[in-house]
Amino acid sequence: MDRMLGKKRYVAIFVLPALLLFICFVVAPLIATGIYSLFEYDGIGTMKFLGIKNYVNLFTTDKYFPQALKNSLVLAGASICIQLPLSLLLAITLARGVKGEKFFRTVYFVPVVISSMVIGQLWMKMFNSQYGIINMAIRMFGDKDFEFSWLSTPSTAFISTVIPAVWQYVGYHMLIFYAGIKSIPGDYNEAAKIDGASKTQISLKITIPLLAPVIKTCLLFSLTGSLRAFDLIYVMTGGGPNHASEVPGTLMYSSLFRRGLYGYGSSQAFFIVIECLLFSYIINHIFKKAEQNASAI
Amino acid sequence: MKSLNFKKIILFSILIIVAFAQLFPLYWLITFSLKSNIEIFGENVIGLPQNWRWINYKTALSDGGILRYFLNSVLYSGVTVLVTGIVSSMAAYAIARMKWKLKDYVFGIFVLGIMIPTQAALLPLFQLLEKLGLKGGYLGLLIPYISFGIPMSVMILTGFYKGIPKEIEEAAYIDGSGIFRCFGSIILPIIKPAIATASIFTFLGSWNELMFANTLVDSSNYRTLPVGIMSFAGQYSTDWGLIGAGMVIATLPTILVYFLLSNQVQESLVAGAVKG
Repeated sequence: MDRMLGKKRYVAIFVLPALLLFICFVVAPLIATGIYSLFEYDGIGTMKFLGIKNYVNLFTTDKYFPQALKNSLVLAGASICIQLPLSLLLAITLARGVKGEKFFRTVYFVPVVISSMVIGQLWMKMFNSQYGIINMAIRMFGDKDFEFSWLSTPSTAFISTVIPAVWQYVGYHMLIFYAGIKSIPGDYNEAAKIDGASKTQISLKITIPLLAPVIKTCLLFSLTGSLRAFDLIYVMTGGGPNHASEVPGTLMYSSLFRRGLYGYGSSQAFFIVIECLLFSYIINHIFKKAEQNASAI
Repeated sequence: MKSLNFKKIILFSILIIVAFAQLFPLYWLITFSLKSNIEIFGENVIGLPQNWRWINYKTALSDGGILRYFLNSVLYSGVTVLVTGIVSSMAAYAIARMKWKLKDYVFGIFVLGIMIPTQAALLPLFQLLEKLGLKGGYLGLLIPYISFGIPMSVMILTGFYKGIPKEIEEAAYIDGSGIFRCFGSIILPIIKPAIATASIFTFLGSWNELMFANTLVDSSNYRTLPVGIMSFAGQYSTDWGLIGAGMVIATLPTILVYFLLSNQVQESLVAGAVKG
């Protein structure tokens, strides 16, 4: 058996189809983006080497990039401070066993499987100034003539895209937390109960510390997901009005495919890559100790 | 004891409020997809339709071209799931079981592919597909979908392979089976559930994908459902019932797959996340 599994020819036949596809159509293009980002390039003419000037320009001459970056960090903040705690609370409550546990789990997850195009269109309709369900509710309970255009007012446009983003993935994180909690051996809870710990104490002192690796995964997912956000914002506002709701993803898209700025747009794209790697590194570093504690218990 | 009950009631209320918040927009979508504008815009905003306008669905499918987009999406997702499943299950087997020096590095490359925002590859990918003469056809979107689906599938499948006892394969090899026969007739049947799990991931990813489909396909003949619905929504922007019908049609398959395989879906997310 070992002889068979060690033959180079067999290894190649098994691994190369996937590896070649992945390298040619994912890894190589990513590297190309990194290289383009160091040049001035419009796709047709010659490429002029600029070094890191494109990256410097993102923060000095670009009118929209700093705001876009801020927006993506607001989205990340909302995900981490609202979505994750809510998901964790739901998961802990469900994992304790309540009536209709399976029903709730299934319902929370439904929005996750829906295309963000549909979610975006749907929430656009909900925010519609005349016929949207949100303004209709406000008219019903308060101001009868209320009319406000959430998505075409610069100060509310971006926040109006954050709400569905947070809404859509609550069930996703809930489920990951839930599975994490269920995989904790029951003995710990039993022992704590015998020692007279309350349910809240058990959650805070046992469940959450043991959940450190899972919390880390959820943090990574929601942080990198926010930094690379595109679909919902592209559908709902297109980055407008007057660029108020841009994120790096939408700016990159319009630089590359509307304005033909291949070099500059690539620096915006690659900035997102660097950002994601950096944040992943930081989170992994922060959680190193917590994870050691979790596995030591 | 009294305070304990009180807390229970609060927690249960939170569960119900969140469930309502998750479902209500979808309820609203389904009901307005069956209404006329007169009902949607004032007469009957949140109730069930007074006249069930199934014609919205008929019009969306025939006049709006949604049927064509739907079939395109079935083709894209179907082929992507099939090919990704085959190449990933082979690569994962090589990583989990075969003996070669670079396997940890190769696995590392695949795992990195999950972390990195793949949209950053879009422009060079666009140029590459154009150079190969594939951009704009079915292959021009299938190849990226397959390539981007591989890392997650490889990760899930590698985890499963490592959990299978080696004895089963050993017996087959001792009996004189070749590696391909053993893989096809013994290994694949064992990891069927893992392949199903990975396939759901791949299916959701390709069915719902927007950015690549929007950029890499020009002709409406090859358009996917999400892009099709987006242009459809722009074209008929005042007819909410019609747009709603299109959106429900785009959503039905994923909801259906989810309800049929909800245990498997939940497992797949957990497998992807907790092990990652």
